[in-house]
Amino acid sequence: MKSYLPPRFVIDRDAERCIGCQVCVRQCSFDAHAYDGEEDEVRSYDENCVGCHRCAVFCPTQALDIRLNPLSYRPNANWRPEAIEDIIRQSESGGVLLTSMGNDKSYCIYWDHLLLNASQVTNPSIDPLREPMELRTYLGRKPDRVELDPASLSLKTQLAPQVAVELPVLFSAMSYGAVNLNVQESLARAAAEAGTLFNIGEGGLHRKLYQYANNVIVQVASGRFGVHPEYLDAARVIEIKIGQGAKPGIGGHLPGGKVTEDVAQTRMIPAGTDALSPAPQHDIYSIEDLSQLIYALKEATNYTKPVCVKIAAVHNSAAIASGMVRAGADIIALDGLRGATGAAPKIIRDNVGIPIELAIAAVDTRLRKEGIRNQASIIAAGGFRNSADVVKAVALGADAVYIGTAALVALGCTVCQQCHTGRCAWGICTTDPVLSKRVNPEIGARRLVNLLRGWSLEIKEMLGGMGINALESLRGNRLHLRGVGLTDSELEVLGVRLAGR
Amino acid sequence: MSVDTLSQKGLAVRIDANGFHHRELNRLIREAVAEGAQRIDLHGVCGQRYIATNLRSGAEIHIHGTPGNDLGAFLDGSRLIVYGNAQDGCGNTMNEGEIIVHGHAGDIAGLSARGGRIFIREDVGYRAGIHMKEYEGKGPALVIGGTAQDFLGEYMAGGTMVVLGLTLNGGNCHTASFVGTGMHGGVIYLRGQINDYQLGKEVGVSQPNRKDRAILRELVTQFAGHFGFDAEEILAGRFVKLFPLYLRPYGRLYTY
Repeated sequence: MKSYLPPRFVIDRDAERCIGCQVCVRQCSFDAHAYDGEEDEVRSYDENCVGCHRCAVFCPTQALDIRLNPLSYRPNANWRPEAIEDIIRQSESGGVLLTSMGNDKSYCIYWDHLLLNASQVTNPSIDPLREPMELRTYLGRKPDRVELDPASLSLKTQLAPQVAVELPVLFSAMSYGAVNLNVQESLARAAAEAGTLFNIGEGGLHRKLYQYANNVIVQVASGRFGVHPEYLDAARVIEIKIGQGAKPGIGGHLPGGKVTEDVAQTRMIPAGTDALSPAPQHDIYSIEDLSQLIYALKEATNYTKPVCVKIAAVHNSAAIASGMVRAGADIIALDGLRGATGAAPKIIRDNVGIPIELAIAAVDTRLRKEGIRNQASIIAAGGFRNSADVVKAVALGADAVYIGTAALVALGCTVCQQCHTGRCAWGICTTDPVLSKRVNPEIGARRLVNLLRGWSLEIKEMLGGMGINALESLRGNRLHLRGVGLTDSELEVLGVRLAGR
Repeated sequence: MSVDTLSQKGLAVRIDANGFHHRELNRLIREAVAEGAQRIDLHGVCGQRYIATNLRSGAEIHIHGTPGNDLGAFLDGSRLIVYGNAQDGCGNTMNEGEIIVHGHAGDIAGLSARGGRIFIREDVGYRAGIHMKEYEGKGPALVIGGTAQDFLGEYMAGGTMVVLGLTLNGGNCHTASFVGTGMHGGVIYLRGQINDYQLGKEVGVSQPNRKDRAILRELVTQFAGHFGFDAEEILAGRFVKLFPLYLRPYGRLYTY
């Protein structure tokens, strides 16, 4: 069948600059460049280009320019090019449209409508370069009150297990199979160096990564891949994955093609078979059942580790979160509308869930009203782009955030949304052994540690400006936020005043 | 209460579970195992969950009464014998070991098990053996003496399941529907009558061959040994083999 799909991008090769070195041919994993031996010429094929810019970055003479194809469809607010092209793709294949990364639609990004406060005259700002600033965050269940032994002044209250992170930024779940081992090792090394945690996702913990066990969050998801006693024992935190922001309510199918020998061994399944994660966990059909799995994991690890429950932010998140806390979750992770994925049906990614900003505010408010906010830490996830987003999230009520896409961008990702093809030219979302080598764990870790260092300096600057010297004092302190361009209802859900008020 | 206050004879330990919360009961079991107990008898068990979870030893635990949900979850090497019924989630994500139930079991018996053996003398509830897996020559076996409810072997990715139908009255048909829905690995041997419309779309049906017969013989002999049945009499019945038609049942679902 002839494809009616026009090329998404146009590759401009400057003939004067091109020296025919074929770097672009070797770098492109989508066959957008090829060498024609007969004509001794390098040619480009626009129709194969995904716009990842790998070739343009590596071209030694800057001969390549990748541009959006300026499709001259008749302008139509309803029938935009994407809508037309999706229909073409489906009419040629009959399948569910698959995509990756986070929701790219223009839903309101509330971070861009929230502004932070700063001290002027009536209270002093703090200079973080010279005064101590505390970003350390303890994740885990906090007691309702603490009791001291009056004689020795030692703590009488028995604390639930706590895990300290040096900055409120953790690496989000990315499983072996979705990304490769070099990516996971980069995240692991960076987490260890920066004093934070990385989440191994649901694909098991590779042997090589057991040395970073002190910084690992392991997942127990519906597929239960690689979940065995040693895995649970190794973990710092155990996360029960109920849902994911990019695909709330559905499971996952890791295609057999991505299940290499090594991936299979880590997931503890045969190589080449699909790794199917059912939509629900079949031992969890209710809050009571969730409680059962939480306590199964606590019991299996003798109450030594916090148990986190991750859900996608959906309409009833606040009520669900309340149930999760009462079910025994020590940490709740909320993944918002813009949370990313290695593969998801496009229709789900683009239409299901709610923005993380509203979810944080709703959940924090609800837990406070019920007097149980101290019983669980909140980790927010889903599209955090910079340190200001993090500070705003903490002010709305989160204890920490998960970053996934931002971490991958630090490793080279340009958010071209081709993860589901397994052919990532940046060597990130692929288990192809040749492509995987493009991420060097040592350099990758350095890039990630640099990013975290930059964010942590910026967070301290913002805190200092507000006259706050501990992140703790900002948590849920929404008076430090003001909204711009938001309706009264939006401000009410966010619990934030309009700027000027 | 600690193990040394319990009646302790050599390496056998008796624990009266009556009134204990699961946390306390499991602590006692762990302590006993750490002190080298080879056999633990739990008496008066009444609904305590997670008994022997994540237990890694060769110990044999005899459970008198009714254990609660998630019996032997994440089990890694012990042997649990229940003189009564098991509830839901028995052998959940089990890695190794053996669970023998002299009675019924509830829903999702053997959920996501990767190894070990589970023998249930009578019937099981819904979704038994869901998402059982196998890995590097290791595979779980779930032998059910009676019959099962719907979604038996759903999403099954490996391992062996045997359903003997001994509780069905004289040649009655199994009643489970959606058997093996989403199955993409492993095998189910079913004794007795089942109709095609009761099977998932991903399931093929054939007669057991010589190799299958050998596997069946081994498992049925063990089953009969545990519960005092005549293995030959069971094996003389009519078996069908249910197997996955595709390794990648959902391979053609997507447009890349």
